Amino acid sequence: MSDALPVIFTVLMGVSILLYVVLDGYDLGVGMLLPAATRAEQDHMVASIGPFWDANETWLVLGVGLLLVAFPAAHGEVLGALYLPVAAMLVGLMLRGVAFELRIKAEGWHRELWNWLFWAGSFLAAFAQGLMIGRYITGFDAGLGYWLFALVTGASLCGGYVLLGATWLIYRVEGELREKAVLWARWGLLWVALGVALVSLGTPLVSETVREKWFSFPRIVFLSVLPIGTIVAWLWVWFSVRKSDKQPFLGAISIFVLAFAGLAYSLFPYVIIDRMTIWQAAAHESALKFVLVGAVVVLPFIFGYTFFVYRLFGGKTKDGGAY
Amino acid sequence: MEEALLLARAQFGLNIAFHILFPSITIGLAWLIAYFRLRYELTKDPAWLSTYRLWLKVFALSFAMGVVSGITMSFQFGTNWPGYMNKVGNVAGPLLAYEVLTAFFLEATFLGVLLFGMNRVPGWVHVASAFIVAFGTTVSAFWILALNSWMQTPAGHTTLDGVLIAGSWWAVIFNPSFPYRLTHMLLASGITASFLVAGLSAWRLLNMPPDQAALRTLRQGARIAAVLVPLQILVGDMHGLNTLEHQPAKIAAVEALWHTEKGATLTLFGIPDEEKKKNLYAIEVPKGLSLILKHDANAEIKGLNEFKDRPPVAPLFFSFRIMVGMGMLMLALSWFGAWSLRRDRQPRRWLLWAFAAFSFSGWVATLAGWMVTEIGRQPWLVTGILRTADATGAVSGAKLGASLTAYVLTYTALIVAYMVVITHMAGKGEAGPLMKGDVK
Repeated sequence: MSDALPVIFTVLMGVSILLYVVLDGYDLGVGMLLPAATRAEQDHMVASIGPFWDANETWLVLGVGLLLVAFPAAHGEVLGALYLPVAAMLVGLMLRGVAFELRIKAEGWHRELWNWLFWAGSFLAAFAQGLMIGRYITGFDAGLGYWLFALVTGASLCGGYVLLGATWLIYRVEGELREKAVLWARWGLLWVALGVALVSLGTPLVSETVREKWFSFPRIVFLSVLPIGTIVAWLWVWFSVRKSDKQPFLGAISIFVLAFAGLAYSLFPYVIIDRMTIWQAAAHESALKFVLVGAVVVLPFIFGYTFFVYRLFGGKTKDGGAY
Repeated sequence: MEEALLLARAQFGLNIAFHILFPSITIGLAWLIAYFRLRYELTKDPAWLSTYRLWLKVFALSFAMGVVSGITMSFQFGTNWPGYMNKVGNVAGPLLAYEVLTAFFLEATFLGVLLFGMNRVPGWVHVASAFIVAFGTTVSAFWILALNSWMQTPAGHTTLDGVLIAGSWWAVIFNPSFPYRLTHMLLASGITASFLVAGLSAWRLLNMPPDQAALRTLRQGARIAAVLVPLQILVGDMHGLNTLEHQPAKIAAVEALWHTEKGATLTLFGIPDEEKKKNLYAIEVPKGLSLILKHDANAEIKGLNEFKDRPPVAPLFFSFRIMVGMGMLMLALSWFGAWSLRRDRQPRRWLLWAFAAFSFSGWVATLAGWMVTEIGRQPWLVTGILRTADATGAVSGAKLGASLTAYVLTYTALIVAYMVVITHMAGKGEAGPLMKGDVK
């Protein structure tokens, strides 16, 4: 049991982070797309994410909370090493979060300012998160090459979020704005294709551990499911953006799930690559068991009412969303 | 290292001080909003609806501010205090996780229903959502106060290979200071919210043509405060006696009692001098301290000379007096206000100004109170277990300095924007429909 607990918590933490990336990803993507839209469209776009963003962001708190609970030794090390990007992300999330409220209440140039901060906050948070992924995969190695790699992952995640945001809008809005979103989604797809390709090629180059895990026979045969699946999902999004409302978003989520699975496979069982495994970093059994009980009892409720809210506010955004 | 410790503390202190402003409003305000929403459901009076809508907007903004600064804290535990998680992560981590699991999702999700769902769900579901949000904010306070109290008065843990693990979770959560601290904080939030509601309603009455809805919320805010403030004084006293039992050094510093005395003197005001170990320009009450702390004029009270590890005196001495002083003023204003606004009386202009000036008085008292309890725990991060100095990480002073600057700029901008916006919203924002009669 005590050997299985860290694995269970790795899965829980992974699911939280994946949910965060997908859910707040579309929020941040919509935020990054704001400057490309007209005033009226901007209000519509923000309204499309209004009921959800708060709960979406909570998955980040759960993810980092589980890191702290389950792997306290890694928590300090990881966040210490990522200190500046974390601070940048937090400032970004703060600006974006309060801009939601303040942009509605402001008038004139104040409103323009908060719209701009909404965009800047979304962009800063997205880029910082991508940068963190890049630093994390390479075990926080210093050196110019590693930092360049992190810049690429930062830019790639922005592209991924733009894709999520655009496909979310395809699902949520109609008319001219939907047409624009189709265009944005395709831009996002190209960006993602470039990013995923660079990261997939770059990761084995910068990390020997990852290289060995992927490029050995017969593993590589089974693992080829991931890149092939990603290509299929990519094509699915590309060809469904005009025809379907829901499929592009589901396709974009698939791309994220597959990319995440690839990363998870590369890293497991390390919580800090080449240095600390999940068992070395794990908290004491007493803490893990106590939290597991709570998670097992509470998570079904959280999924339940999250589902309820998406049913309630799903489909096309009708009103302006002001309350 | 010394510099990094100072910066890490400054940064974390700034962040928690900024953060606590918003929960101290939302915990109490959430219940008021649920009440407003319920009254609208029962009466269908449009004035209740406009009252509910106005305060929901204030709530939504305050909540967003609390969320974003709270997320920052969850990261700063790791970035600023890695030693904390290494040493007591097995106890602290689960309490934080329970807060996220049982409270955060509940609040965030149902706030969405509250803000955007009025025309989409049946009335009773909407009312229930309001109560669920209020319940969630209180549950959140439960867990965070459990953790804070455990850090003040640790209990229920054992040590294994140099790190702490929980022996009994019940004893960890219901540690000796928890019931007092939780009640004290919940009341503080109720008072902060009722003064905010009363104050901004008064501001509205000063700026707008007579608005019966605002008059009603002014009256209700004053009445709720008039009940909660005396309760708070009672609970605060019990909390103080509990602290005397478990953290006597904190009380000695709060009262600037340098040496153990029988029939100890109460220093009302003065300037504590750390070097000379005495109080300058002191106004004193002979035997007063023994009387209030032990209810016996000749009882012995332990002074600062007894403790090897003790907090700095001056910040505690002054913060405590600011908190108590604010409490006294709030008591006077709420009682006078509730009395002079009884039945259908119209408020006098100076009274409106007084309430408007006290809109954010809860913040001053709450912050001062938190300074007392947090600085009062020093030099410990977890009393008797982990020193603050031993919990800092390897983050360089330069990085801390750079991010501290970014935080200061962001927080300053946000707090200014927040205060301007809610004052504007409540004071001059769209008028609620005027009510005919029916003012209770």
